[in-house]
Amino acid sequence: MGFFIETLIGGLMAGMLYSLVALGFVLIFKSSGVFNFAQGAMVLFAALAMARFSEWANHALGGDSLLLANLIAFVGAGLVMLLVAWVVERFVLRKLVNQEGATLLMVTLGITYVLEGIGQTVFGSEIYNIDVGMPKDPVLMFESVFEGGILINKEDFIAALIAALLVGLLSLFFQKTPVGRALRAVADDHQAALSIGIPLNRIWVIVWLVAGIVALVAGIIWGSKLGVQFSLATVALRALPVVILGGLTSVPGAIVGGLIIGVGEKLSEVYIGPMVGGGIEIWFAYVLALVFLLFRPQGLFGEKIIDRV
Amino acid sequence: MKFRSLALAAAMSTIGFGTTVASTAAQAQAKEQFFPVIVYRTGAYAANGGPWANGYVDYLKLVNAKGGINGVKISFEECETAYATDRGVECYERLKGKGATVFQPLSTGITFALTEKAPIDKIPLITAGYGRSESQDGSVFTWNFPLLGTYWVGADVAIQHVAKQLGGLDKLKGKKIALVYHDSPYGKEPIPLLQERAKLHGFELDLLPVAHPGVEQKATWLQVRKNRPDYVLLWGWGVMNSTALKEAQATGFPRDKMIGVWWAGAEPDVKDVGAGAKGYSALTLQHGAEPNSKVAKDVIALVHDKGQGTGPKDEVGQVLYMRGLISAMLGVEGVRKAQEKYGKGKVMTGEQVRWGLENMNLDQKTLDGMGFAGVMRPVQTSCLDHMGSSWVRVHSWDGANWKFASDWYQADDKLLRGMVLNASRKYAEEKKITPRTPEQCKQ
Amino acid sequence: MLYRENGQFKTSYAADQQVFTIAQDKWFVLGVIAFAFIGVPMLVDEYMFRAILIPFLILSLAALGVNLLVGYCGQITLGAGAFMAIGAYAAYNFFVRIEGMPVVLAMLLGGGVSAAMGVLFGIPSLRVRGLYLAVATLAAQFFCDWAFLRISWFTNDSSSGSVSVSNLKMFGWTIDSPVDKYLFCLGVMVVFAVLAKNLTRATVGRQWMAIRDMDVAAEVIGIRPMYSKLSAFAVSSFFVGVAGAMWGFIHLGSWEPAAFSVDRSFQLLFMVIIGGLGSILGSFFGAAFIVVLPIFLNQFLPALGDLVGISISTAAVSHAELIIFGSLIVFFLIVEPHGLARLWSIAKEKLRLWPFPH
Repeated sequence: MGFFIETLIGGLMAGMLYSLVALGFVLIFKSSGVFNFAQGAMVLFAALAMARFSEWANHALGGDSLLLANLIAFVGAGLVMLLVAWVVERFVLRKLVNQEGATLLMVTLGITYVLEGIGQTVFGSEIYNIDVGMPKDPVLMFESVFEGGILINKEDFIAALIAALLVGLLSLFFQKTPVGRALRAVADDHQAALSIGIPLNRIWVIVWLVAGIVALVAGIIWGSKLGVQFSLATVALRALPVVILGGLTSVPGAIVGGLIIGVGEKLSEVYIGPMVGGGIEIWFAYVLALVFLLFRPQGLFGEKIIDRV
Repeated sequence: MKFRSLALAAAMSTIGFGTTVASTAAQAQAKEQFFPVIVYRTGAYAANGGPWANGYVDYLKLVNAKGGINGVKISFEECETAYATDRGVECYERLKGKGATVFQPLSTGITFALTEKAPIDKIPLITAGYGRSESQDGSVFTWNFPLLGTYWVGADVAIQHVAKQLGGLDKLKGKKIALVYHDSPYGKEPIPLLQERAKLHGFELDLLPVAHPGVEQKATWLQVRKNRPDYVLLWGWGVMNSTALKEAQATGFPRDKMIGVWWAGAEPDVKDVGAGAKGYSALTLQHGAEPNSKVAKDVIALVHDKGQGTGPKDEVGQVLYMRGLISAMLGVEGVRKAQEKYGKGKVMTGEQVRWGLENMNLDQKTLDGMGFAGVMRPVQTSCLDHMGSSWVRVHSWDGANWKFASDWYQADDKLLRGMVLNASRKYAEEKKITPRTPEQCKQ
Repeated sequence: MLYRENGQFKTSYAADQQVFTIAQDKWFVLGVIAFAFIGVPMLVDEYMFRAILIPFLILSLAALGVNLLVGYCGQITLGAGAFMAIGAYAAYNFFVRIEGMPVVLAMLLGGGVSAAMGVLFGIPSLRVRGLYLAVATLAAQFFCDWAFLRISWFTNDSSSGSVSVSNLKMFGWTIDSPVDKYLFCLGVMVVFAVLAKNLTRATVGRQWMAIRDMDVAAEVIGIRPMYSKLSAFAVSSFFVGVAGAMWGFIHLGSWEPAAFSVDRSFQLLFMVIIGGLGSILGSFFGAAFIVVLPIFLNQFLPALGDLVGISISTAAVSHAELIIFGSLIVFFLIVEPHGLARLWSIAKEKLRLWPFPH
């Protein structure tokens, strides 16, 4: 029983981390209809920028204050993501208004390559560290209740808290601020939004910036967990079933989807995996998402797809 | 405008092809021994592929700085595979056309593909520390040279090391050993040997695969926590290794009960885990981190200080750097041996280099003379044994450096020989190859 | 001037419905095919065959299959690599388990198995569509990656999970030299391209296009969506499966599941979109673009560096390759979202009027 709960908690925490990446997908799809495959590359890019800036800042400051160096790096990486957002909007999105979904998807794959190339050229292709002072060692809890206790990873726990906080902030941003309202208007109908004077182009820059910041946070958390290197870009593939399950247009969907996928993945790997030789968690997540889709083709929280002939 | 840019692109491409063709021709004419360098400096495994490639190239430069192989200078060209098999095949075809005489692909997948092509093109493959384990049998695998060790050697020594820590092979009975492996032919290669050993000594083997590239291992380590193995063998590459160590830390699995293969025991694997990896040990393919060896100092003096260094200077002597350097040395020595038979100071062909590799005899004196004192033990190949040596040491990470933690081990030849022969005969049967007889070997 | 259809009168319906209604087109295509069969083997070297032409032919066959599904039937797939793998491993099993199995038959049977699996994995398309479907097909991809690594029966119990084939024979013809392999691939490709072209002109192809353009409307006019969608999945997977078998048997010779990873699926989708959705010709353009471009950049950039006197490191080259490749994709999609095939047809239109466009 203790082990089951431990697996469950592990799954929930992994799920929160997936949600963080999934959020980036949802934000961009909601406001511009682009299924942004480059989200993984953005996570990598942001994390690389953060890691290297922090290293350089730390060097420049003489290694006195890690916190200050990290803050500088965070702002620097944020500016880099702003630049990415601006370039993407100015040179790509603006020219592809009203194209088909498949074309937009392909464009983001192109952007993925460009970001991976530039990231590795500018920042290098080795393994880098992000040290934001996350605790690494686990704690054992409830040893008196369950045999062997429940092992909880403090790092994951903090990461999950940050993810939850970020989601809360984003919801507030979407619901309460004028920019958020404009974003939602754009999401509903580009032309209507344009006709009442919402500057579409600026809105897109903002959305990509927000997605970039989300990618940065995800990059910091994943990067401090795994080290910053090329494979960070592949976490996007792990987050895809989450978006699909939760619905492409729903922020809460990304969270709930993340939790379901995280738990499903870990439970399946630990309990079903040994029967079939293990290594099933990736496809299990996708199959899980697929099963949900068969009952709700638009995802759990997605808007209903209505066809008009 | 569209058409103009298209036309421009077309024109550029013709120029591009023209120049590459021209440069190829120029290279073919020069009297140089051409070494293809198949590398991956980008992609998921770049952090590990980079140092290897730098060591490889630096050694070739060092040989040139010392006057070449009996006067024959070495030319080389890099080709990037990003660890993908089809890119590797393209590289092979391209560099083959430039007169390549020995290939070292540094990827089990590419090795498998090239094993089919090498006999046709008559170009030997050196796979120092990787590749097919059964290719040790040179009578079937005429063109493969898994010099210094195969994965079966590694797995065998890992079990011996565990047994030694426990106090004898008989103590293995009833113990549980988990293999956390990269889910690919590379990671699966040691399984048959471990199963054989498990049957022999009565320990339980737990197989835990990790999907490429290995950044998500929570479930794997939850299983480790559930099954509570006594030892964990780590058979990873690239980011999978450091992630495994971090997860081990996060689940509280003792790092000193973890043993990695030689591809999981270098600086990139532990560097960013730092103190968290303290106590973790890994097999070595003879050498460890050797910044104080004579050959490393030679590289610094004759290559780096002349401004010719390939990578950063502080990388010289690191584990993977040394692996690349030694791999290059083995190729060069193959050529040197071939020259003894076919004429010193001449450029060797693929077939001649193959002969050289098959009759290589690097004794301790020669090795010491080349600056490998304390780094390597003798390597002697033959027709039946294309591996030449099965010496392995274990080193462990003290939080900042790799330090040797054991004496020399040697794989159990009796066990290994039988398995190698079985597997290679099966391969020969499938491929309808008649193994070479000892007489044919002499030619 | 040369490219005019003046004076070419159609006197029957059959003539009006030909694949190439303009005589010059027909002669041009026949000429290209004849050149590919006769001229190319005399002109190019081994590197060209093995590293460029053979991969190009095989991948364009796969792209053709993907184009039938994505371009003609409008069902986006990110799992094409999985069907290549199914084709390759199924053909492998037929080949090694049944004594005396001819290579071509093994490949076709491999394609057949792939088609059956395609139907199975196509079932979600009846309910899910668009990007959701694309991601659902990734399930097939990851499942196959796993299955071929884990289930040792598929790999004939090879301990490492990697399989290899050799001694390819067909009617007494041993396919081992690069020229043989090239001719074999070319032959298969021509047959399949003709097949694909005619399929898209027949009832089934028209049904696919109706479903693509608006599936509700198609259903209203009496097209059965289940039959059309699943037939598209089956035919597409068959093509892709045969291509997969050829990729394993002829190009690689020895392979592991990673040869058909998700990257391959993306690559195939790229080919189709860059080449042109819903165009047979486009599949070839796309495949050529994707196969040749990275190799070209890889060789061209260092050469360019030499010209201006700087040596570019391998790492820098491959990073630059990624950047240029990505930007070119973005560039093409912006300039011509309908792919290279559209550029081709625009060029043809202009040519018909040249030199008097007004």
